[in-house]
Amino acid sequence: MSNRNIFRKSLLAALVFGGVSSGAHAAGEQYFPLQSYRIGPYAAGGTGFFGGFIDYLQYVNANGGVNGVKLTWSECETEYVVEKGVECYERLKKGLNGAPAAATNPLSVGIAYATLDRSTADKLPLITINHGRTDSTDGSVFPYAFPLQLNPYSEVSAIVNYIGQQVGGLDKLSGRKIVTLYHGSPYGKETSEVLQKLADKYKFELTLLEVPHPGNEQQSQWLNIRKIKPDYVILRGWGVMNPVALKTAQKVGFPVDRIIGNIWSNSEEDAAPAGAAAKGFVSITTHPSGTAFPVLQGIRKDVVDAGKGNLADPKRFGTVYYNLGVVNGILNVEAVRIAQAKFGNKPLSGEQVRWGFENLRLDDKRLKELGALGLVQPLRLSCADHEGGGAVRFQQWDGQQWKLISEWVQADRGFLRPIIEASAQKYAKEKGISPRDCAKES
Amino acid sequence: MDFFFEVLIGGLLSGVMYSLVAIGFVLIYKASGVFNFAQGALVLFAALTFVSLVERGVAFWLAFGITMAAMLLLALGVERLVLRPLANRSHITLFMATLGLAYIIEGAAQALWGAQVHGLELGIEDVPLEVGGLFVSQFDLFAAGTAATLVLVLSLLFNKTRIGLSLRAVADDTLAAQAVGIRLPRVWTAVWAVAGLVALITGLLWGARLGVQFSLSLVVLKALPVLIIGGFSSVGGAIAGGLIVGASEKLAEIYVGPLVDGGIENWFPYILATLFLLVRPAGLFGERAIERV
Amino acid sequence: MLYTEAGQFSTTYRADRRVFRLRQDRIALGTLLAFAVAVVPLIGNDYWFSAILIPFLVLSLAGLGLNLLTGYAGQLSLGSAAFMAAGAFAAYNFNLRIEGLPLLVSFGLGGLVAALLSIVFGLPSLRIKGFYLIVSTLAAQFLIPWVLVKFGWFSNFNASGVITAPPLEIAGYDLSSPGGRYLLTLAVVIALAWLASNIVRSELGRNWMAVRDMDTAAAVIGISLPKAKLLAFGISGFYLGIAGSLWAFTYLGTVEPHGFDLARSFQVLFIIIIGGMGSILGNFLGAAFIVLFPLLLSNLAALLPVGLIDAGQLENIQKMVFGALIIAFLIREPDGLARLWQQFRARARRWPLRY
Repeated sequence: MSNRNIFRKSLLAALVFGGVSSGAHAAGEQYFPLQSYRIGPYAAGGTGFFGGFIDYLQYVNANGGVNGVKLTWSECETEYVVEKGVECYERLKKGLNGAPAAATNPLSVGIAYATLDRSTADKLPLITINHGRTDSTDGSVFPYAFPLQLNPYSEVSAIVNYIGQQVGGLDKLSGRKIVTLYHGSPYGKETSEVLQKLADKYKFELTLLEVPHPGNEQQSQWLNIRKIKPDYVILRGWGVMNPVALKTAQKVGFPVDRIIGNIWSNSEEDAAPAGAAAKGFVSITTHPSGTAFPVLQGIRKDVVDAGKGNLADPKRFGTVYYNLGVVNGILNVEAVRIAQAKFGNKPLSGEQVRWGFENLRLDDKRLKELGALGLVQPLRLSCADHEGGGAVRFQQWDGQQWKLISEWVQADRGFLRPIIEASAQKYAKEKGISPRDCAKES
Repeated sequence: MDFFFEVLIGGLLSGVMYSLVAIGFVLIYKASGVFNFAQGALVLFAALTFVSLVERGVAFWLAFGITMAAMLLLALGVERLVLRPLANRSHITLFMATLGLAYIIEGAAQALWGAQVHGLELGIEDVPLEVGGLFVSQFDLFAAGTAATLVLVLSLLFNKTRIGLSLRAVADDTLAAQAVGIRLPRVWTAVWAVAGLVALITGLLWGARLGVQFSLSLVVLKALPVLIIGGFSSVGGAIAGGLIVGASEKLAEIYVGPLVDGGIENWFPYILATLFLLVRPAGLFGERAIERV
Repeated sequence: MLYTEAGQFSTTYRADRRVFRLRQDRIALGTLLAFAVAVVPLIGNDYWFSAILIPFLVLSLAGLGLNLLTGYAGQLSLGSAAFMAAGAFAAYNFNLRIEGLPLLVSFGLGGLVAALLSIVFGLPSLRIKGFYLIVSTLAAQFLIPWVLVKFGWFSNFNASGVITAPPLEIAGYDLSSPGGRYLLTLAVVIALAWLASNIVRSELGRNWMAVRDMDTAAAVIGISLPKAKLLAFGISGFYLGIAGSLWAFTYLGTVEPHGFDLARSFQVLFIIIIGGMGSILGNFLGAAFIVLFPLLLSNLAALLPVGLIDAGQLENIQKMVFGALIIAFLIREPDGLARLWQQFRARARRWPLRY
């Protein structure tokens, strides 16, 4: 047989094979389809987030599940690629061995966009914690999308409020200079308009500078910043752009503690590669790092020490992405728990879990019971409000880890709401959707 | 005016970093006529291997040596499994093969060493240096020095050593070189190994700047316009092209960018290169004229 | 035996020139199309439509677009995704801004815009050739998405910079269900594939192949090179633009410009390398391979004991296997899967005889 023949036969064999996976069957389980990503350019975020998420689900199971309903999950690698995410969504949405899917959590803007229409059609909540379409905050138009805790508008509003605090009051912002350095993508540009509105309101001077994707060259932008001499730089970075920004800032001599990173510039992976240049860098977070929170101690005891921890690198326990995964787990499980109170202690459909999300109430008392006080902000969602929180804390990189430097700083959500509603209405008109009447929802 | 010069100098120095990637291309292109898209993957592989070894407690120079050995093995493999079976095929085919190669190397690098972001410190403080009122980055100066040394070493290698001479012979006329007894496979392996060395050095410098992570393999995209402008077959051209691209893109970003709201650095070099192609297809220093239609 | 041509004689020139000269071929193709149009919508489920069949069809069309340019006219391009983006965003805007414009007309207009852009970025091909062209096509790849992100007008000032599918309605029929979207995609792809198979057999297609094989000779026999090349860019751009619209509207629903990045261009290029350059059928085979292969691999891995290969490693392995396959195809079978199919067909016609 010639070489060529071997090549052909192996090709044929590869095409013929390919079976169906099998798994253990168990009734009475609630299923979480995980569109995870553990390789590719954004793997650092994916491994941390899904590690924390899975560990929290394991922790809940180790403590009897949700009112006796055990949680189950399976992973499907998306590599942060949109089509793979869609394929995973379609593959997993039906549930696993009879356990119905509760909600999808892709942690990817692109995949979230691509599954937005599908989620509505399939009645499966789409959770975009801390990211996603801003206007999906308006649940009357987007019944199944949940940008939990913090949408991009709230994020910049909270940052501006924090800068206001630093300079001694929002009225003192007048005449100050703020530069926003943003990633050259829809994500980076998303807040430009609302920042401009905030600048008009508080009379500070705003300069928007774009860094082309992926952001491994920022010399000219930082030279520009040095020329402008702003009081603060808001960094809306993503991936490699963050450490490079910090290094370049050092190179042009801009003080790093005047750079405020946004929600995707706030992890260890964003600061650590910049080495010494990152020391003093401030960023926002909705989910402080650290292992002191009782819920993390619980996970350590019941999951990690039992040898079942999901992280390949145990040093990442309690890091920003990991804790975001834990927070995301808490919110998902709480939604299931709240929905169970209405629909009964059994595995629930996506539509029922959605009700749970819309009625999510987390006050300090409940957070204390969960062992997550200070890790999760108080949340109150409703039909009209799918975000719920809109508060962030600020943290500073000390060269090794993040240290919290503020309490919760609230965004000016009353100011943002009309902008969000207008955008949602435009979408509804374009798509021919008639919004729900939230007054009638229970 | 000071500002203009600062931008210019900053641009020229980042241009040096582009040139480093471009040199790797030029070497391989000269010897085998392959436009090696996998150079970026080589950079990633080298840097990732090096930094993973250092993190496991291997001494700096030992790690350098081991990585170099790995690059040599890789070169042997590439010659044996990709170049030899594809000898005498069209440029486009070879180019597409290196696309496949880039996939293999990227996959292997991440399978071996994981996908975390690693910090890399070369022990050079990157505080700005003030020279006559202008701010200049120490690190960039160091990078420029490294590039200069590299070019010097390479030109010595090409002009003084046997393998260098045979390499130039192959580049000049492959058939004639073979006729006088130069073994083509050996030359190819050697040149891929040297390109591996260049990739390692590039990877260290870029890695110290960006952190060692997947996006290192994207630096290849910055090198392409450099090559078009400098010419595919001249190391000096790669340097000049890098400087031109670096300086012009920074100046454009600062002075033209505001007209369109900035962020033009990604495509500006390509438009520049396209214009160059229309006016001077062989690049500034290219030897072989590109066939006109 | 089933596949024997004995007794089939062409008695007219017309019959002799047809694309599928054998009765069996015609029957097989007809059955396949009938199956795809009439049976699949009845038996398919959401997963098959949304995750496999629609992306397969759209990628086949994109591959077809690039194949006309690269496989037939010999001009390499790494900007396919940019033209897809141009088509999608243009179609979105036509549909949005012209009240009552039929959906298919917006797709067509989007394709025309992509075609024009493609011609503009193809202009350097008149001066340079070979793989130097990747520079001007890469310029398109970086410039077009930048423009789409930069100027909010293109996404109707959407804060998130994304475009969403208009209501998928044709002549009053709502096609927004997975099955409906599949049928819409299928109809467009069949029509355009039929058109393409006629183009490549026309004078234009033969001119392209002459240019590809030896441009000097082509010029000598009187073929106008600029015209042939620019038409190749234009028609290829048209196909890619339509593929982009389908990708955005029938497959994903909501897209951002970033969805049409360089990786997508490579994906389209891989389709034609694996499927076969200069073949219409090859695009479908290549797209099927690109869509199915990752699924196959992950299902295979699921058969192995748990924990032997984790999900991340699997993707790495997949990437390596992919790269290796590209190289293997280039070395062993430069004409791709289409060639394997032809050999199989030739053997089937002789069967049971060996020679």
